[in-house]
Amino acid sequence: MTIHGRAHLVGAYEHPTRKAPDKSVAQLHAESAAGALADAGLTKDDVDGYFCAGDAPGLGPLAMADYLNLRLRHLDSTDIGGASYIAHVAHAAQAIAMGRCNVALITLAGRPRSAGHSGTAARPVIADAPDSPWETPFGPTTVNLYAMCARRHMHEFATTAEQLAWIKVAASHHAQHNPDAMLRDVVTVEDVLASPMVADPLHRLDCCVVSDGGGALVVARPEIARSLRRPLIRVMGAGEAHKGQGGGEVDLTYSAARVSGPAAFAEAGVTPADIKYASVYDSFTITVLMQLEDLGFCGKGQGGRFVADGNLISGTGRLPVNTDGGGLCNNHPANRGGITKVIEAVRQLRGEAHPAVQVRNCDLAVATGIGGLLGSRHGAATLILGRE
Amino acid sequence: MSGVSSTRIPLRDGDWPDPPASPEAAPFWAAAREGRFLLRRCTACGKAHWYPRTLCPFCLGETAWEEASGEGTIYSVTVLPREDPVRTVAYVTLAEGPTMLTSVVACDPHALAIGQPVRLVFARSRNGTPVPCFRLVAAGGPPEPALSW
Ligand SMILES: [Zn+2]
Repeated sequence: MTIHGRAHLVGAYEHPTRKAPDKSVAQLHAESAAGALADAGLTKDDVDGYFCAGDAPGLGPLAMADYLNLRLRHLDSTDIGGASYIAHVAHAAQAIAMGRCNVALITLAGRPRSAGHSGTAARPVIADAPDSPWETPFGPTTVNLYAMCARRHMHEFATTAEQLAWIKVAASHHAQHNPDAMLRDVVTVEDVLASPMVADPLHRLDCCVVSDGGGALVVARPEIARSLRRPLIRVMGAGEAHKGQGGGEVDLTYSAARVSGPAAFAEAGVTPADIKYASVYDSFTITVLMQLEDLGFCGKGQGGRFVADGNLISGTGRLPVNTDGGGLCNNHPANRGGITKVIEAVRQLRGEAHPAVQVRNCDLAVATGIGGLLGSRHGAATLILGRE
Repeated sequence: MSGVSSTRIPLRDGDWPDPPASPEAAPFWAAAREGRFLLRRCTACGKAHWYPRTLCPFCLGETAWEEASGEGTIYSVTVLPREDPVRTVAYVTLAEGPTMLTSVVACDPHALAIGQPVRLVFARSRNGTPVPCFRLVAAGGPPEPALSW
């Protein structure tokens, strides 16, 4: 059984706010849901499947399903961090293929900017987490676990800080065209290297923004999708994987996308060379480089050369990546960048991206993400979408 | 390490965040209070692992504590120059095989590099728990004396 062609992405909405101190998290979820349903041309009462992750307030999906007053026959609150929403699209397609629901709503929202939560802050201690006694004293914050991956990649493959900086430069070239983006100024490699060192070798401009906001997606049965007046965006393939410390067999040179990526390409029946546009989770510059290698856009260790010299910039580079400006410049709502990755892929496939960054004849796209902590425990999800 | 301040990284004895208590970890801390560094090895497949678990992460067999050498090398490390005090987070590969999350302390940040030999040093958390950190082993010279307290 496959999800290839069994479901369509019919609605996508990115909340325009980047700072929302006067809104509740539930409200941001609901506003995002309303936006995605309006985009699809569906109503709340069409929804019979609901998906959310750890950013949703309350117990699992229960509080938000009640707040939205949904009548559901399928619920899923799989949480693999910021990659959850990419996995949710695949899970929704599975549920639709199995006849468990017809219209699935996926929401994300959060206010880390208003609440002052960022990747440099100490992560809350979860006393019951089995790793807590062994790691809490050392304060393994988000940024320093990614920094150790970057340091090891530099050591093994001679990757440079300049090459990593190119990923941010490309994001900034795209963000200048996005009126909602938090950072719209085009930056140079020199700007990135001159920004303060946060966790050696990652500078401040190697890190994503901290933004309030939200987003939502609607996935529907093909017959329903064909009844709507929107371009048909087909779910073609998906993959999911996890990577931890391996009982002490630590290898920071690859991510779980090494498993999720090939699985997604195989199910879709396409290869990286066929992809016209890529949404690649960009919590940090190193996150992008690692996934491009692991998805097979270049060989392991070749990522630095692949991303350099503007190769990720739409119109001039070989592979347009994150044409909304990504998490690095546009938006990283709830400190979770997965849903915005799917949203920009949908825009590109519909031909609704900003004209300055729209990829010509964009009929095949990948959205891929890393959730959790690249350097210790993370989940990966990869999704292939195609325009009919 | 490039682009980091030259401030010396302190031992930070008595100032590390406390590890949450866990019955599975209690014997480790009891031994650490006697200056001994333990890890667990599987009685079925023979492999040592980190972090310690009662069932082996390679085969789910029973495991037992053993005293480790405290010798290792840096697998990866990051310096956090904007924190006060400046500190590091590191992965150190132990002579026994497993790689553990830890911190390299009492050093010049510019002396840190992947592959450098290191040796265990316990530095106390705020409630006095001895936390397993590492110090650089001076190249060619005698090992730095262990702290006593
Ligand atoms: Zn075993």
